[in-house]
Parts: sequence; C-alpha cells; structure tokens
Amino acid sequence: MYNFDFEKPSTIADAVAALGDDEAQALGGGQTLIPTLKQRLASPSKLVSLKGIGEMQGICIADDGAVCIGGASCHADVAGSSDVFAGLAGLAGGIGDPAVRARGTIGGSLANNDPAACYPAAALGCGATIITNNRAIVADDYFEGMFATALEEGEIVTEVRFPVPEASNYQKFEQPASRFALVGVFVAKYADGVRVAVTGASEEGVFRWAEAEAALSANFSAEAIADLKLDSDGMIADLHGTSEYRAHLVGVLTRRAVAAAA
Amino acid sequence: MSHVSMTVNGKQMSGDAEGRTLLSQFLRETLGLTGTHVGCDTSQCGACVVHVDGVAVKSCTMLAMEADGADISTIEGQAAEDGTLNALQQAFQDHHGLQCGFCTPGMIMSAADLLKNNPTPTEAEVRHHLEGNICRCTGYHNIVKAIMAASGQDVSSIAAE
Ligand SMILES: Cc1cc2nc3c(=O)[nH]c(=O)nc-3n(C[C@H](O)[C@H](O)[C@H](O)COP(=O)(O)OP(=O)(O)OC[C@H]3O[C@@H](n4cnc5c(N)ncnc54)[C@H](O)[C@@H]3O)c2cc1C
Ligand code: FES
Ligand code: FES
Repeated sequence: MYNFDFEKPSTIADAVAALGDDEAQALGGGQTLIPTLKQRLASPSKLVSLKGIGEMQGICIADDGAVCIGGASCHADVAGSSDVFAGLAGLAGGIGDPAVRARGTIGGSLANNDPAACYPAAALGCGATIITNNRAIVADDYFEGMFATALEEGEIVTEVRFPVPEASNYQKFEQPASRFALVGVFVAKYADGVRVAVTGASEEGVFRWAEAEAALSANFSAEAIADLKLDSDGMIADLHGTSEYRAHLVGVLTRRAVAAAA
Repeated sequence: MSHVSMTVNGKQMSGDAEGRTLLSQFLRETLGLTGTHVGCDTSQCGACVVHVDGVAVKSCTMLAMEADGADISTIEGQAAEDGTLNALQQAFQDHHGLQCGFCTPGMIMSAADLLKNNPTPTEAEVRHHLEGNICRCTGYHNIVKAIMAASGQDVSSIAAE
C-alpha cells in the first residue's frame, strides 16, 4: 500500500470539505477499498472515513413510508431490520460473511457499483432514491455501467431511500470463490407494477428486465414468466459461467424470487 | 506517523501508526500480539478476525487509525490469566477442531461472536457464520462440532470422531 493521510470527520459538511483536497477519497467500510489499496490499484493522498458521521448512520421511516438508510450504515444493521423491510434485510444478510457485513456500508457498495454486487439490484429494483451531500438521484439515473455511477468527484452518498414494496425478494446464485453474485435478481411488487433488477449478469452492470416486469405486472406468479428467455448477448462470460449460463440463471432466479416474495 | 491508543484485552495500549498501517499489522508488529494471524491479506480467509467494540471484523481490512480509541479483543485475551482455556478453546481441543492451528485464532473469535448473539446455534447457523473463515486442514466438521459442544449441545450425531 502507498501511504496516505487519514481523517475522521464527524459531520457531512466536514467530510465534504476534507474531500475537496487533491486526491482525497472517501472510506466507508473499507471492504472494497482496502483490498484495492493493498494491490496498489489506487493511491489517494488522504482517506476520509465516513464512519464517524452520526447523521449518516441508522435506519428510519419517512413520512411517506419510505425506509431511509444512512449511507454509512453497515450491512449487518440492515440485515437486522427485517421488521421494516424483509426483502432488503435478506439481501444484506447474504452479503459476504459476518465480518464483511460488520464493516461494509450501503453507501460504499452503491458508490463502487461492482457489476456483481447485491445492493445495486435492490436500489434499482425498488426505484430507490440515492441522496448525496448536494442532491437526490433516482436509481434509474444513478447506475451508469460497471463501476460507474452518476456521482461526481468528492460527492458522497449520505442516505438511500427505499419505497417499501408490497412483496419482494432477492435471490443470489453465489460465485463460489468470491461469494459475490454470479447472478442476483431482486423482484419488487408495488401497487402500480412490478420491478425486476438483475446484477452479476450483464457487461453493462445492474439492469432492469423489462419483459419480466411487464409479464409479472399482469400476473405476479412464476408461471407468468415460465417461457420468458433473456438474450445472452451482452451477458458476462468468464471461467465461472458462460453468457448463456448467466442468461439462463436470470430466468431461474427471477422465478424463485417471485415464488419466495413476501 | 500518528499516535494510536486502544484498549486491547482490557489493557490500555498505544503506539505509532501510519495512515496505511492495518489493524492486524499494528497488533502483531507494534503491540507484539502475534496470535492474530494473517493468512491471505485479501480479506477472504478470516484468520485475522478480532473483535472491535464487541463486533468481529477482519483486522487485515481495517486501518489501525480507524480503531483509535476502540475496545479490542484478540485471541490472547481468551484464556484466563493462568492459562486455563475458555470453554470454546477447550472444546476445540477436545473435539480436534484444529490441525495446523493457523486458522484457529480467527475461528475462535468468529465463533465467540456467534455464541454471544446466538447461544445455541444450529449446525446450519454455525456453518453460515463461518463462511468468512477458511481452514485448509480440518474439513470443518470438527470445528463445527467444537462450537456446538461449547454451546452445551449434544454433538454425538454431528460428525464422525
Ligand atoms: C470477502 C468479501 C465478500 C464480499 N461479498 C460481497 C457480496 O456477496 N455482495 C456484495 O454486494 N458485496 C460483497 N462484498 C463487498 C462489500 O459489500 C463492500 O463492503 C462494499 O462493496 C463496499 O462498501 P464499503 O463500505 O466497504 O466501501 P469502501 O471499500 O470503503 O469504499 C468503496 C468505494 O466507495 C467509495 N465510498 C465509500 N463510501 C462512500 C459513500 N458513502 N459515498 C460515496 N462514495 C463512497 C470509496 O471511496 C471507494 O471508492 C464483499 C467483500 C469482501 C471483502
Ligand atoms: S488475513 Fe485477513 S482475511 Fe485473511
Ligand atoms: S487447522 Fe490448519 S488451517 Fe485450519
């Protein structure tokens, strides 16, 4: 690791100011960034820890019923909130392992936008709003392809707001070595329609499966999408699975998610 | 360099750290507590698990400066002052939950974290909780068995001796 300075501000305003320095970078739980630094794939001059910021911690319910999660809340806290949003708690409880969940944060996961990460599927699948230090970005405008998001330099995810679905579920087929999603599907049923978001599968990162959404909005049952096939063009192919295999898994996992949705 | 202080196994300890100094490195090299092992350094194996403010974390994936002021427990603090093993350590010995022992500090610290929140876990819960702890030797059966035995459960049916 190259050396860097370390700062731990206690307010969003101080963090934003600290991130204004040349080559400064935010540190959430460090579960992605620290391994990256060890490989010398990044060389920030300063890391600004977001873990000391009280206003970025915790889970609450807004007046409109949306579940608001502080950007520095760890996966374990979300996993423990099944009484407020079971579908999301289930997803968070399946990320990595207990030690990763104790440190990793929702803001860090969404900022990183790993093509095989779990949270992007929930954010896009729920049409969540990503709140930053200076604006609100709807999920449909936020994800811009593998590791790319609408965030500007030095902008931090302070909160994520999820409209709570009537029923939802996340199904993840684990890549056996990394335990990230080889394919993951989040299904969310709202009064005005169903949303289906897929992670792990596409070269473009997380995406919505429009045909499945239309079929499930008309009939929310696994049979409604039994014959639906996803084109394998543009799906990721690597030693863990071909693009055809991933496209097939998307169908299987979507049906499982619909059957399990609660 | 900055000065970092923490409570480790109940004692106040401090030393100098750079921004990039990992908690695992600080514990091992600065404080001399080499019971915490570094098996992979890529956040996968869990040999380096310690408790920070009561929660199990991978100390190779946390900066020493992030732990400034924290309350840390490591494997060195598990046995009694006179060396008597605690129930979990004794169960690992009784049920052959280790062979080379390299993964054991992390296994014990992860298992202690589980038993604190779930005093009588099922076998499936134990295995799920250990997903981030890799053992190259034992095949896990006796580790699972030891943890269930330490929780006071009957383990006769879990795995062959
Ligand atoms: C063994 C292992 C298994 C894992 N398994 C999974 C898995 O199954 N599914 C999954 O989804 N993930 C998995 N992860 C990744 C984990 O969820 C990370 O915690 C997460 O991707 C990054 O969050 P973080 O808080 O640790 O961010 P960091 O590592 O601290 O930061 C990641 C990036 O985001 C930036 N950043 C951090 N916080 C913010 C913020 N609030 N606003 C703006 N930018 C920010 C940082 O500058 C950096 O560029 C795994 C990690 C490990 C080590
Ligand atoms: S040394 Fe920390 S996870 Fe392997
Ligand atoms: S006993 Fe050797 S690695 Fe677990």
